[in-house]
Amino acid sequence: MGFLRLIGVVMLKDLRAELRTKEAVNASLSFALVVLVLFSFAFDPDEETTRAISGGLLWIVFAFAGTLLLNRSFARELPNDCLDALISAPIPGSALLLGKALANFLLVLAVEFIALPLFGIFYNVHWTAQWPQLLLVILLATWGMTITGTIFSALTVNIRLREVMLPILNFPILIPALLGAMQLTSALVAGQPITEANSSWLKMLIGFDIMYTAVSVFLVETVLVG
Amino acid sequence: MSSAAAVKVDGVWKFYGDYPALRNVNLVAEPGSCLALIGRNGAGKTTLLRTIAGFSRAGKGKIEIFGGATRDPETRRSMGFIGHGISVYDELSALENLLLYGRLYQLPDPRASALHWLERTGLDRVKHGLVREFSRGMRQRLAVARAFLHEPRVLLLDEPFTALDDRAIAVLQTLLREALTGGKTIVMSTHQLREALELATHVALLNRGQVAFHGPCTAEMVADPGWVYARYGEG
Repeated sequence: MGFLRLIGVVMLKDLRAELRTKEAVNASLSFALVVLVLFSFAFDPDEETTRAISGGLLWIVFAFAGTLLLNRSFARELPNDCLDALISAPIPGSALLLGKALANFLLVLAVEFIALPLFGIFYNVHWTAQWPQLLLVILLATWGMTITGTIFSALTVNIRLREVMLPILNFPILIPALLGAMQLTSALVAGQPITEANSSWLKMLIGFDIMYTAVSVFLVETVLVG
Repeated sequence: MSSAAAVKVDGVWKFYGDYPALRNVNLVAEPGSCLALIGRNGAGKTTLLRTIAGFSRAGKGKIEIFGGATRDPETRRSMGFIGHGISVYDELSALENLLLYGRLYQLPDPRASALHWLERTGLDRVKHGLVREFSRGMRQRLAVARAFLHEPRVLLLDEPFTALDDRAIAVLQTLLREALTGGKTIVMSTHQLREALELATHVALLNRGQVAFHGPCTAEMVADPGWVYARYGEG
């Protein structure tokens, strides 16, 4: 119970700090909307091919927009040396990581849920056709993206080029999760439910989340303190 | 447990790459003592304090706080640290900052502790103000409140008097004297020898990562803060 409460304290602190300034959320949301609009100029929304790759386009936008939020996760602790105070507090590194990852998860989801209806309009896709399953895919893939992004945010926090290093480190790791999310999203927005044929992507997303959550929790103390 | 030294640094080495920032450092601070770490810039004072605080691991050697390892949660609960930064969030109010740390330290009544330390540091009237709107002196007093909030048994202070305004220096000196009277242990690095030696019971001079002198603070040192440098330093 104490552990969950500590996760909640860290999560609420990050959400409160971000919502007071809205720096990262505004940047991420603006980026997502601008890229969605630009891609819609590049691809003809009436073409079947565009709809077939729409899942890929959507997740590329989500991944890059999410990176803008994830970059701020530990960087937020740098002014005033707040990271020192968090590291010296008697909380497990895993509670710190999971609290930050949950805050990131909610912020990235907020950006995604605002961008999703616009995606439907610009690309002429019925994203509500299989909404409960699409929601499940979004939740799973977003958690995968945020847990790896949060641990890499901790790893790169003291690097001068952390804004560049985070996507360079995170995206190669994310390839399996993004592939799964893209495949499933393309099918779901085309109105096809998840079946036996493509359920392996869903299983892979679940496996990815479990594996990288466990690895991140295991490594976070080393990442923070050495 | 209670008979253990408050802070024991035993043969500690710390490397940055191949460069040894700390070389076989041995120090002991007994409970209720105040150890002033002095030395030139780059001597290793901050590195030593940060290693004692558990922000990074020693390359070799061992550090114990009341017999416990620095990264043990119970050990961390017993330590308070003031570093170069104030370690409070600009986007939160003074009260929200202290409530945050009170909850992270799992204090029985975080709000009561926060309000008590806001009053002790003279910030109770601005408790709902955002830290980003505070003057520099108010921010520093909030940093002091944060470090004392959980009533730590060991205080680790890195250049605590640097850049403080007069009021913050007065607040900090009063709190440090009270802490010493209450049996707490203080380890502080400093260049401001006069303020530090008024409080110190022991002095350690670091020179290029090594302890050049470690002993009680004597009348000669208080009378002439440069004496220990002249006697044991590089000159």
